[in-house]
Amino acid sequence: MSARVSNTAPAQVTRKRGLRGSSRGLPFIVPYLPFLALFGIVPTVYAIYLAFTKSGGGWVGFKNFTRTFHDYRFAPAFRHILLYTSVWLGTLVVLVVGLALLLHGRANRVSSTFRFLFYIPGALAGASSVLVWLFMLDPSVSPGSFFLHHVLDSHLFVQSIAPGNLPFIFAMIAFWTGAGGWIVVMYGALNTIPQDLEEAARIDGAGAITIALRLKLPLIRKWIAYMVILSFATGTQLFIEPQLVNQASLGLVPDTWSSNQLAYQVAFRYGDFNAAAAISVDLLVIGLFAAVLVVTRTGLFKRET
Amino acid sequence: MKRRVLRGIRLVILLAFAAFFVVPLLWLILAPTKSDADIVTAGPLSFGSFHQIALAWRHLDAFSHHIFRTWISNSLLYAGSATLIVLVTAIPAGYGLAFGTFPGRKVVLTLTLVAMVMPSAALVLPIFLELNAMHLIGSVLSVILPFAFFPFGVYLAYMYYGTALPPELLEAARVDGCGEFSAFFRIALPLAKPVVALVFFFSFVADWNNFFLPYTVLAKSDQYPIQVGLSNLLSSTPSFNPAVGGGGQQVGIFRPELALATLLAVVPIAVVFMVSQRALVRGLVGGAVKG
Repeated sequence: MSARVSNTAPAQVTRKRGLRGSSRGLPFIVPYLPFLALFGIVPTVYAIYLAFTKSGGGWVGFKNFTRTFHDYRFAPAFRHILLYTSVWLGTLVVLVVGLALLLHGRANRVSSTFRFLFYIPGALAGASSVLVWLFMLDPSVSPGSFFLHHVLDSHLFVQSIAPGNLPFIFAMIAFWTGAGGWIVVMYGALNTIPQDLEEAARIDGAGAITIALRLKLPLIRKWIAYMVILSFATGTQLFIEPQLVNQASLGLVPDTWSSNQLAYQVAFRYGDFNAAAAISVDLLVIGLFAAVLVVTRTGLFKRET
Repeated sequence: MKRRVLRGIRLVILLAFAAFFVVPLLWLILAPTKSDADIVTAGPLSFGSFHQIALAWRHLDAFSHHIFRTWISNSLLYAGSATLIVLVTAIPAGYGLAFGTFPGRKVVLTLTLVAMVMPSAALVLPIFLELNAMHLIGSVLSVILPFAFFPFGVYLAYMYYGTALPPELLEAARVDGCGEFSAFFRIALPLAKPVVALVFFFSFVADWNNFFLPYTVLAKSDQYPIQVGLSNLLSSTPSFNPAVGGGGQQVGIFRPELALATLLAVVPIAVVFMVSQRALVRGLVGGAVKG
């Protein structure tokens, strides 16, 4: 949530000219550096080191990677998170962009009320949002029991959380907590489109829908790309949702449903830190790749270069 | 005519989504006002009584020797102290990165951006492995110190100083004989109020809602923050965990208690939001006008 809000700040930092003294400013970042090193760089390097060595040390090449790759839980876990991530990304792109376009161009007060309503669930991240949805998925108490009966054909809680439903359910939870924030961002991006551009299109006879799809949509492409890459990286890290559902399902849903859970179990149940590190590095590479892509390619952080 | 139909459709879609976002919250607020049986039989969005809330709280509070209070105060301790460290380190760092000319500035900035954009969960197991090697597992420091690394805060401060503080002002201060540090403490720091509110808000919320890291590095349940505590309560609720069965009777945790716990876990976030909201809005507007 943090990174995306930053981008509502429209201002651009202009490059500062170098002043006197070549180490000016260094003392100010000194207190921050140990944290960057200890909880950003060192764990990354250490995980990579563990992933390529065996317990007690000694280089083993890619053995930990092939070993975990052939674990019978590895492929299903990655399949789950890929399916979940694709469902989530699809929903995000269609609904967030769609809702932002619907809100844009409405009377300001109406639009800001809706944006606020969409944004509130953002306060419930972590375990709270999952618990809320466990209630919502229990047909005996849910205000949406009509949907559960007729759409999911579920009459009991365990039927709602049937394994086939899970990628969709997790996507819905993620959408519920996160979509509002992205709608605010997209709305902000839409507001940067110059008024006269829209005016010109209208004079040329373009209707509201044409303007939305042919003019506004291409102009916020950059932000959509940013949302997709970031959400893809976050989606692959899924942990808490399946973990809580595992607890509430009496083991019906395995505790190795997602890749991060598998890494966790490998570390904690088997104490096999090298294998756990190998899976973490798989996930880290995905996250790192996405982050570098955002920073270097989308042009959203370009003020420096 | 066609226009009116389109408007109608638009409104219906927006209202449907508003219901999707808001109804689960309404349910959560109303659930603790009912008994476990009433939650099932009465309408899902009906109000029970205030008496039931008090009852649910007594059950929740009695659970495992007031451990719910411990969890909340743990969360306050972890999120509060980590955020304090973040403020002390990130604000000067943002300033240093915005106006500094030292070698390696660009590397630090890029690493900060990458760490900020990368999902924080990707680093949890690596951090666990590192802390394990340092024998810090099980200590509260294993939660607070990683929380205190908040690159987004550095980025916010960097952005803020880059836009809100004209370099000419610093130059003038230097001409007047101000040293590096007094320029920061006399000019930059007093200007930092809006960004302090921003960093405080985002850091506190991120720490408060974090589940994965404390779940991984803490061992004892009386060290848990509230997010992990909630998962503990979930395991003790018979309707989600029939194995608890009679145990549910003993610990007294049913749906109203679980709903109340979930609701109470959100309260601090709501408070922080309201406290910083004015500053948040003012800060963003102020920054934009000056930029």
